[in-house]
Amino acid sequence: MTTSSGAVVKAQPWNDPTARPYVQVERITKSFGDFKAVDDVSLKIYKGEIFCLLGASGCGKTTLLRMLGGFETPTSGRIFIDGEDMTGVPPYERPVNMMFQSYALFPHMNVQQNVAFGLQQDRLPKAEIQQRVATMLDLVKMGEYAKRKPHQLSGGQRQRVALARSLVKRPKLLLLDEPLGALDKKLREHTQFELISLQDKLGVTFVVVTHDQEEAMTLASRIGVMNHGEIVQAGTPSEIYEFPGSKFVADFVGSVNMFEGKLIEDEPEYVRIGSPELGATIYVSHGISAPPEAIVWAAVRPEKIFMSTTAPDAGPDNVVRGAVQDIAYLGDLSIYLVRLPTGKIVRVTQPNTSRHAEAITWEQQVYLSWDATSPVVVTR
Amino acid sequence: MRTGAQLQRIGITGRGLVVALPYLWLMLFFVVPFVIVLKISFSDIDLAIPPYKPLLEWVGKNSLAIKVNFNNYAFLFTDSLYLRAFGNSIKVAFISTLLCLIIGYPMAYGIARAKAATRNVLLLLVILPFWTSLLLRVYAWIGLLKANGVINNVLLSVGIIHEPLTMLYTPFAMYVGIVYSYLPFLILPLYANLEKMDWQLLEAAEDLGCRPWQAFYKITLPLSRNGILAGSMLVFIPAVGEFVIPALLGGPNALMIGRVLWDEFFSNRAWPVASAVAILLLILLVPFMMWYQSVQARETAGAR
Repeated sequence: MTTSSGAVVKAQPWNDPTARPYVQVERITKSFGDFKAVDDVSLKIYKGEIFCLLGASGCGKTTLLRMLGGFETPTSGRIFIDGEDMTGVPPYERPVNMMFQSYALFPHMNVQQNVAFGLQQDRLPKAEIQQRVATMLDLVKMGEYAKRKPHQLSGGQRQRVALARSLVKRPKLLLLDEPLGALDKKLREHTQFELISLQDKLGVTFVVVTHDQEEAMTLASRIGVMNHGEIVQAGTPSEIYEFPGSKFVADFVGSVNMFEGKLIEDEPEYVRIGSPELGATIYVSHGISAPPEAIVWAAVRPEKIFMSTTAPDAGPDNVVRGAVQDIAYLGDLSIYLVRLPTGKIVRVTQPNTSRHAEAITWEQQVYLSWDATSPVVVTR
Repeated sequence: MRTGAQLQRIGITGRGLVVALPYLWLMLFFVVPFVIVLKISFSDIDLAIPPYKPLLEWVGKNSLAIKVNFNNYAFLFTDSLYLRAFGNSIKVAFISTLLCLIIGYPMAYGIARAKAATRNVLLLLVILPFWTSLLLRVYAWIGLLKANGVINNVLLSVGIIHEPLTMLYTPFAMYVGIVYSYLPFLILPLYANLEKMDWQLLEAAEDLGCRPWQAFYKITLPLSRNGILAGSMLVFIPAVGEFVIPALLGGPNALMIGRVLWDEFFSNRAWPVASAVAILLLILLVPFMMWYQSVQARETAGAR
């Protein structure tokens, strides 16, 4: 895995205006009384994608997923899957399957019966059912547990059975509601990669709901960040991370230092922002579109800040001094909280590349600096 | 402390006392009466008070004779009345259970799927009739069902019927009474079972291609099996021996074993035969009770 993006979509159909979307959500709204759980969302998902809906709980991502599955009827708007209007079609007639967060395995049936259930419902011949169930169970490495009941399985095994059950019908679209939420961290990382390779093998389009940004980053070909029932930004994981379009996205995906300021120089090739909060000017090597005198925010990721005990060559833009207030040692990297003279706390992460590095300690005076390409300027 | 240690030495512990208490209760109020009934069932009828001969008798000065009389049991099998009464009781109990199930399952299901606040109100309504005595409630049914009762009067005044229907003192009235009285015993355990169900399973079934009624038949019904069995046993077992409802609503032709028992005991003063009937009824019901127990045990163990 060389890219941060999980799903193997070689071409980028979302950048091709002639590409036909596989799933098309058109201005969909779902209200519960006065509350709009999903508010006028439009979305195009392409064949073979893993599209992640990322957001905090209550942001409407699960409601959107349930509308794709047919469990909720949209208040307004339409849903097309593979060109067919699916808006009012009940779940049992949709070419869509769902993997539930609780897995929802039938407790009175063993693994094999659970996986075969959907195929029996379609009245396929016995021999074919048996063969497809066996193939699918082998694919998720559950072949030897075929006769076990769900309560005799571990969490990870149940997750595999649920996955097999939802994939065995070869749906056009697979919906996954927090697919890895119930697994512990080690198992989760392992399963993420398995999920990606399985998706690549079967070519099914996935829509995944998750609140875990790391999970979304690993799995997704594209991420749709949701807030208050709206998709605030959709894009590849690196687009979302490196080019957040708003304070909310910058803050929600990963951690970020946000410096409030005003444009003091606004040129097509660069801008300079004066930030009283930072106590220095920020130089950004690309133009932005914002009205003069508007309040803007410069977002700088903690790993893009250099920390040194001696003054860096550059300056005076993008350089500040501060005192280390706190250090969190995480093994692979350390997080430093640096207090600036203005009182602002800046978060810096540094990889622990050397075992015997001359460590920066508490209350030490340090210089913080960053490249002119690092800050992202957002206006809302 | 010292008394505690002393008590322990002679085998009395707090834990032992706690365990012993229910056993003592069962001993006093179940085993002892049962043994007495069993004893009477093996004795001869007598014109005396009490109306049976003792099992043990002194013959001469130093010998004690035990006289065990099996005639009472043999009699039950020679007179077809008893076997017919047993058969009829089981039939009535079976049909009543079935009717309770048909009426009670949708109710239990509805309560289990209702919102939490509504659910409590509905449950209260199910339990509410228990606040009035059973006898009063059965008498109330007489008022409803009789020839010039509420139901007939309403139907006559609306013009659906032109002469009163005969409902009271018919099997219909008896079933109405039994089903009405025992319905809560079926609804409550069934509700307790359905309430634990994960409704997402139904969504999963629909997702895999089930129509809602198929999902009910393939998921809900099998998963509520233990609740159905528990509720059915709670109706069936007491309904077999039911006396009051058939006597009040069923009329003179309702041949139920409880009725026969009553007649033998009070009208004929044939205590030994009545006891034999009671013992036979018990033997008849023990398998059902054991089945119910095992279902209960499985239910609490949580294994499905």
